[in-house]
Formats: sequence, structure tokens, C-alpha cells
Amino acid sequence: MLRIAKLPIAVFALFIIVFPWIARQIPVIEHYTNIMVFVGIYCLITIGLSLLMGYAGQISIGHAAFFGIGAYVSGILTAKYGMNAWACMVIGMAIAAVVAALVGAPSLKLKGHYLAMATIAFGIIVFIIFNEEIEWTGGPDGMSGIPGLSLFGFEFNSVKRYYYLVWGFVLAVFIFTVNVIQSGTGRALRAIHASEPAASAMGVDVFRFKILVFVYSAVLASLAGSFYAHYLNFINPSTFDLFFSVKLLIMIALGGMHSIWGAIVGTGLITFLSNEWLRYFEEFEIIVYGAILLFVTVLLPDGLAGVPGVVKGWFRKQVSDER
Amino acid sequence: MEKITLASQLLQYFITGLTVGSVYAMVAVGFNIIYNVTEIINFAQGEFVMLGGLIMVFLHVAMGLSLILAFPATIVLVTLIGILIDRLAIRPIRCPSVLTLIIATIAVSIIIKGTASFIWGKNPFDLPAFSGRNPINILGAVIQPQYFWVIGFLVVTAVALSIFFDRTIMGKAMSACADNPNAASLVGINVKQMVLLSFALSAAIGAVAGITITPISLMEYDRGAMLAVKGFGAAILGGLGSFPGAILGGLIMGSIESFGAGLISSGYKDAFALIVLLVILFFKPSGLMGSVEISRIKRF
Repeated sequence: MLRIAKLPIAVFALFIIVFPWIARQIPVIEHYTNIMVFVGIYCLITIGLSLLMGYAGQISIGHAAFFGIGAYVSGILTAKYGMNAWACMVIGMAIAAVVAALVGAPSLKLKGHYLAMATIAFGIIVFIIFNEEIEWTGGPDGMSGIPGLSLFGFEFNSVKRYYYLVWGFVLAVFIFTVNVIQSGTGRALRAIHASEPAASAMGVDVFRFKILVFVYSAVLASLAGSFYAHYLNFINPSTFDLFFSVKLLIMIALGGMHSIWGAIVGTGLITFLSNEWLRYFEEFEIIVYGAILLFVTVLLPDGLAGVPGVVKGWFRKQVSDER
Repeated sequence: MEKITLASQLLQYFITGLTVGSVYAMVAVGFNIIYNVTEIINFAQGEFVMLGGLIMVFLHVAMGLSLILAFPATIVLVTLIGILIDRLAIRPIRCPSVLTLIIATIAVSIIIKGTASFIWGKNPFDLPAFSGRNPINILGAVIQPQYFWVIGFLVVTAVALSIFFDRTIMGKAMSACADNPNAASLVGINVKQMVLLSFALSAAIGAVAGITITPISLMEYDRGAMLAVKGFGAAILGGLGSFPGAILGGLIMGSIESFGAGLISSGYKDAFALIVLLVILFFKPSGLMGSVEISRIKRF
């Protein structure tokens, strides 16, 4: 599990590069490039969450808050104060990092249910702040007029340009995270997941690593939020509610928590489900999510990434039964 | 026109707080029942309250069943849903870890929420108050009679539960599971049945909370999550696993929320309870009445 092969990454990168071209050839899926921008944005969050939950074993059901912090910092500073968008992005990430460290330090001493509830409470508090600080955030109506991104006069003014920008970041983050997983840090995180006392007996500074991963995942979520705000030019609090945090959880649970590839597959599936395939279900949508989550938890504890193992085991059983 | 004095206003906040707090207390007691037997925190706990309210509206208002009949019928229906949760979501998990149990109960809660929005739509529903809506004037504070029903049912629930756990074989068997499931099964207690019973019992209590609070605060499909978080806050505040703690925690939580909304800011009403929850979690996770020893025995 720790070794992550290079070839699939190259194949995946190639697929990402040619995807908009393929989509353009087939009218039915032409707008899929747009959805893929969202997949990319959400992947930035779920890659970090996968490291936090799958590798370090710390649950968070409050990451919508960090996503929102990035979006609102970018939105407010660019739309109201006309600041440079990239600088705002960095400011957003810095604020998210500070908040994550402040909330994470006491939270990550908690375990299991307590940690889950603490992160839920944190997420709801931030959500209430987005709704109530109308002067800054525009309240429940949201804020519009957030400018698009540009770099040295190059305007990111089309779906395709955002697509390459966002996925460029996703690939960079992915490769960086894979390297982290394969380094001593990754081994330390897995040790923490397996047993905190054992890890700390082996000289792993458990607390420091937990905070580091939490901050890292928060920073990524904030970055994703900034992209989201600039891409849509409009944000409102309902995007950053508790259900979005749960949706992130569904994404990585579906893909397989213990696999970073799982995070990407799960994010892609759920995003396409909610933006495209389940559009007509509307009210049913949430039931479908619940059913997926329950199904995966009960029958596929390792998510889709665990399917090959399950199939292999089933075949082996059939073969041995025949003998 | 009587002048509204600060004292009467404070009294008003206090009684409102106790009423809302009674609901949090009942949710917290529900958390504790399941937690004590299974060490699971049932994140769907708030959905029982929502279901209690909405099913009661359906039976009492839409079907025209009388209060006396609709009340127990609602409790029975919600209890059945609690039993289904155990059978369909909790028991089938083969190797339960904290993470999978948390996720499973979250999944259940969004399934219930989605189904409720499908059945009842997104609008809040009202329920006629049990004994009319003529407010009673106490020392300048204006109190709805329904407030007393809510607080009264908390008392009834607390008394009934303490009789159940102290005086009946089944209650004692459940307490035994809470102490040590392995030892309990060695002396012939069917632990699986007790787990089922714990889900049934806490669903029933949730339903009572939902039925009694709906005439005051209305009820809609998405109320569950917030109730669960606040109820959990109450349970932690009192010390997870302790029943007197849960009731005390609920009442304190409700009062803080009511005074906060009245004196500081009504927009941040929901945030006060959550901030209290975070402060307790960060500084004294064992709560007011929880024992450190118990939290050491528990695996999660």
C-alpha cells in the first residue's frame, strides 16, 4: 500500500491532458470538462483528507469550513478590496493554516467520536459566521462579483483554461502527497493509525504529525475554496454546510480511505453523480448518497480500491470449493 | 400594559432554556443508552426527534387520530425505526472500528433525513399544543403551557428509566452489558438483544422529545443534525455515559443557548451551544459528572 507506482500516475496525467479534447468530440459529454473542473477542485480537498483520515486515521467532518475560509478570503479581498488574487489565495491558505493549528491542537488530542463531534461543531460554527457576518460575507444571499484569475496578462477566462490550471495544481499536490506517503512521514502517519502508543514508543512525535497533516489538509481545502470562488465568481454559505463535509467523507469512503487513488476516483464519481447523473432525482439525491455510504461501509470497508481484493478472494474461494 | 422588567425577562429566558434544554437532555440520554451498551455514538440520534415530531403531525393532524392514541403510536413507529437501524446498519458491519461506526450512523442519518424530506417536503409543520396556547403569566414571564409538558415528560422519562435500570431484570442486564459485554454474555445475557433494545429505547426517548417540542418550535426534515450535535454536547457536558449528567448537561446547555440568544445575539443562537461543546471537549472531556475511570475502560 505504501509503494505507489509511477506508471499509473503518468497514464492518469495523460488522460487529464487529453480529456477536454475527447469531450469536445462527443457533443453529449462536451460539458463534462466543466464538471471536471469541480472534480479537480474537490480532489484538492479529498487528497488532503485522505492523508488525514486514511493514512493518519484522524476523522474530520468539518473541512467544509476550510474550503469556505479559502473561498471567502479570496472573495472578500478581491471583490471588495481589489487585491491581487494570487496573494489572496496565499493569505487564505495562511489563515486556514492558523485556524487549523488553533482548532487542531486541542481537537487532535481527542479520539474517535469526540474528534468527529468537535470537527462537526467547528464546521457548523464557521458556517454560522458566514451567514451572520453580513457586512463581510453578504450573509445567506452570498456575494457576487468575484473576479476571475489572470496571470501576467493571461486571462483564465474559459472553462478549458481553468481546467488545466486546476488540474495542474491537483497533479502537483498529488505527486507531492505521494512523496510524503512514501517518506518517513508517511510511515509515521501509518504507525499513528495502527497504534498511537506504539508509534510514540518508536519515537514518533504523534502530536506534531497529527497537527501537520491536519494543517496540510486545511491548507489544501482553502486553496480549493479560492479556486471555487474565482471559477464561479459567486459564493454563498450553503456550499460550505455540514452536508458538504459529509459529502467529502462519502467521496473518500467510496474510493477507499486507505488509498490516495481512491480519493480521486471517489471524488470523480460523487461529483459526476451530484452535478450530472443525479440531477433529475433532486430530493432523492441525499438518500442515494446515504445508501452509497452505508453500502460501502457495510460491504466494502476498503471502498472501490478494495474491490480487486474482494473479487480475488471470492475467486480463490470458488476455486478451492471446486477442489 | 405591564412593564417588562429585566427580572421577568431573565425568568422568561430561564424557563425557555429549561424547555429547550429538556429536549437536549432527552437526546443526551438517548446517546448514553446506546453508548453505554455498545460504545457507539449514534449520529442519527437527532433524527429520532425529527421523526417523532413529523410522524406525530401525520397521525394527529393529517389522520385525525386523537392525542392519546397518536402519542404511543408515534413512539412505537419510531422505536421500530430504531430497531431497523440496528438490524440493517449496525449489526451487518463485520469488523467495526470507530471510523466505520461513525460513518455508518452518519449514513443512516442522511438516509432518514432524505426520506423525511421526500415524504413531508421541506416546510416546517405545526402540531396543536397539548393543552391549548393560552399563555400563563408567572412573575411577568409569559409561559406557554406546552413548556410544562416538555419539562414534565423529561421528568417522567428520567423516573421511568431509573426504575427500568435499577428495578427490572432487563434493565440490570443492560447495565451489565455496559459494564462488561464479555462477562455479561458469560452469565447468559444475550448481548445482541441488549444492543437492539438500546437502539429501541433511545429511539423511543427521541420520539417523546420530538412529539413534545413540535408544538413550540415546529418541526422540519433537517432539524436532526443540529439536535444531535447539541444533544451530544449535553451528554459530554454532563459526562458521557452518566444519566444524571445528561439531564444536568441538557438543562445547562439549553439555558446557555436561551440566555445567549436573548442577551447577546439571536443570530448566533446555535453557535453558543457548540462553543460550549468545544470548550468542554478541549478542557474537560470527561465532563461534569463523568468518571475518568469509565472513560479509560471504554475502548473508544
